[in-house]
Amino acid sequence: MTETAVVAAPLPSEEWRRTSPMSFVVSAIMSLSKGGLPALAAIVGSGAWGMGLLVLVPTLAALLAFSSFFSFIAWRHFRYHVGDSDIRVERGLFSRTARSVPYERIQDVSLEQAFIPRLFGMVDVKFETGAGGKDEVRIRYVTAEEAEALRETVRARKSGEAVVAGDAEATPVAEPARTLFAMDFKRLLTFGVFEFSLVVFALLAGAAQQFDFLMPFDIYNPEEWIRLFAGPGHRLLELGVGAQVVGVALALITLALLGLLTGMIRTVLRDYGFRLEETPKGLRRRRGLLTKTDVVMPVHRVQALKVTTGILRRRWGWHGLGVVSLSQDAKSGKHVVVPFGQMDEIAPVIGVTGFELPPANAAWQRSSPKHKVDQALLGVIPLSLAAAASLAIGNLADAPGPWRLWVAAGFAAAAILVLLRENFLWRHDRTALDARHIFAQHGWLAPKLDIASRVKLQSIEISQGPLARRRGYANLTFGVAGGTFAIAGVPLGEARAIRRAVLDSITGVDFSRLGEIEG
Amino acid sequence: MDGEELTPLHPNYVKVVRLNTMVFALPFVIAAIVLEFAGFLPRGAFLLPMLLVALWLIIRVPLRRYHARGYQMGDDRLRVVRGLIFNSDTIVPFGRVQHIDVHQGPIERAYGLGTLVLHTAGNHNHSVALPGLGHADAMAMREEIRAHVKRETM
Repeated sequence: MTETAVVAAPLPSEEWRRTSPMSFVVSAIMSLSKGGLPALAAIVGSGAWGMGLLVLVPTLAALLAFSSFFSFIAWRHFRYHVGDSDIRVERGLFSRTARSVPYERIQDVSLEQAFIPRLFGMVDVKFETGAGGKDEVRIRYVTAEEAEALRETVRARKSGEAVVAGDAEATPVAEPARTLFAMDFKRLLTFGVFEFSLVVFALLAGAAQQFDFLMPFDIYNPEEWIRLFAGPGHRLLELGVGAQVVGVALALITLALLGLLTGMIRTVLRDYGFRLEETPKGLRRRRGLLTKTDVVMPVHRVQALKVTTGILRRRWGWHGLGVVSLSQDAKSGKHVVVPFGQMDEIAPVIGVTGFELPPANAAWQRSSPKHKVDQALLGVIPLSLAAAASLAIGNLADAPGPWRLWVAAGFAAAAILVLLRENFLWRHDRTALDARHIFAQHGWLAPKLDIASRVKLQSIEISQGPLARRRGYANLTFGVAGGTFAIAGVPLGEARAIRRAVLDSITGVDFSRLGEIEG
Repeated sequence: MDGEELTPLHPNYVKVVRLNTMVFALPFVIAAIVLEFAGFLPRGAFLLPMLLVALWLIIRVPLRRYHARGYQMGDDRLRVVRGLIFNSDTIVPFGRVQHIDVHQGPIERAYGLGTLVLHTAGNHNHSVALPGLGHADAMAMREEIRAHVKRETM
């Protein structure tokens, strides 16, 4: 990215403009260098190189003509307009798209010069808005003066409203900071225990697959393994059942130890020296042993919170806290701010982000019982059929009795698990609204609590599949910048009531605070 | 606002969907004709069912889709309803619109229609499309929404 030092006057409005005529030449060369080089490689690879320039020159010329033609058409049908309240871009020959970007929504204008455009003095102008899709608005290519003028115009038209600092993930901050959460080594190790992971076996299996030719024996042959474990002369096999039980126990213990060790190492590497601070610029998080990271998340950009836990750790009250934030760069919008803590440590952090935990008297609403019945049936019916089928097929194929019984029992057990799960979900999945937030608790073994700010929601969708429509429930999905927030199986009337309430807070928001809210 | 009547789309939308479906169905019908003349199966075994399905998709389905769709332009929000089997009902407050597109495909242009697309900052529904508007109506809606964005931020 190059900044030109040209000071340009703001552009006159009320006039459609084209990009520089040179830009289609530049685009043609750019597309040629993208598509043409592989073509060149193909020519060389296919041996046509041997035929020499006779083939090469016409091929290249044809490619250049081809891409110039399309670039020319694209250039001819691209125009932009710098108006009083927005920038408009129109493009397309057969399909036309007319885009309007209000100045209020432009957060930054970036000027970019790649190598080839630079040779021609051309600049790629990008208008950054907060749009969720990666569908940005760009004008390619204009001269450096024009680019600078565009940027000045946008800044001038925007002036008067607060310009939010563009960089969400700035690095060093040297302001006074208050520590909100930190983990000592003991806590880190406890965390590591709960991060038990057998991923190392997946890695080993992957490695074994890659390098099986290096192994001293054929790893896909079970007899080789038996020979290996039993030792010469089947010594282990001769030791009897007792020894075999000890062997299995030893193997399981080894497995558990390896899993523990993996979890500990990964956790220490990732979260060593974890420290979350409140700084004037926002929440600052530092962590890492070998790769240290330092992230600053402006508080006004936090859109939603997620309180998470794990199957086992919740028995001891351990939870985690993640924030969903609007980040301008392409990095993930979700950040862990408390990886492993008790709720009384998490609550103050939630307070700093401007959110609240659900109040004690929150009016919790359960999801539709019909939704849970339907979900249970969707799981139980196929599983029961599978159980019956495995019994029947076992009979037909004359398979040994215990085998088909075990398979059928497996399917039946899965069906019972599905029933238990849906029953639990019906009793525990719930949603509540308070004046500023919407809360949703969901999940079976490791329930999560999602907290979203009502005014920061971007859109609201009520969707129904064929079953849902018949049975009168719906899914409620909110648009959150940088994340997701959805509630499944809400009774239709209630979904509409929630939508109405949330819309009232969105559209009734004090407009003077919008700059701060939308960041 | 849930109870209020939806505004139906432009009647030409049915024709546009039919033409789009025809373009989509054409390769399948050609394939069926080829298979018919290859003579693997008794006469009509490929062509007849294929033609029936194609006719149903071209004549019946677009009409039902048209009736399932609709919108409601409020003072400060746009509601878009769509979907025959999987139904969705989306509301975008104008205050959350980042930028606005009016798109016209070649078939839409022939019938004077346009698609209004609202882009929001949310990951879900980052662009909400409302097809089947008269092109002039779509442009007018764009102006209205844009004016609202400006008013609100001032």
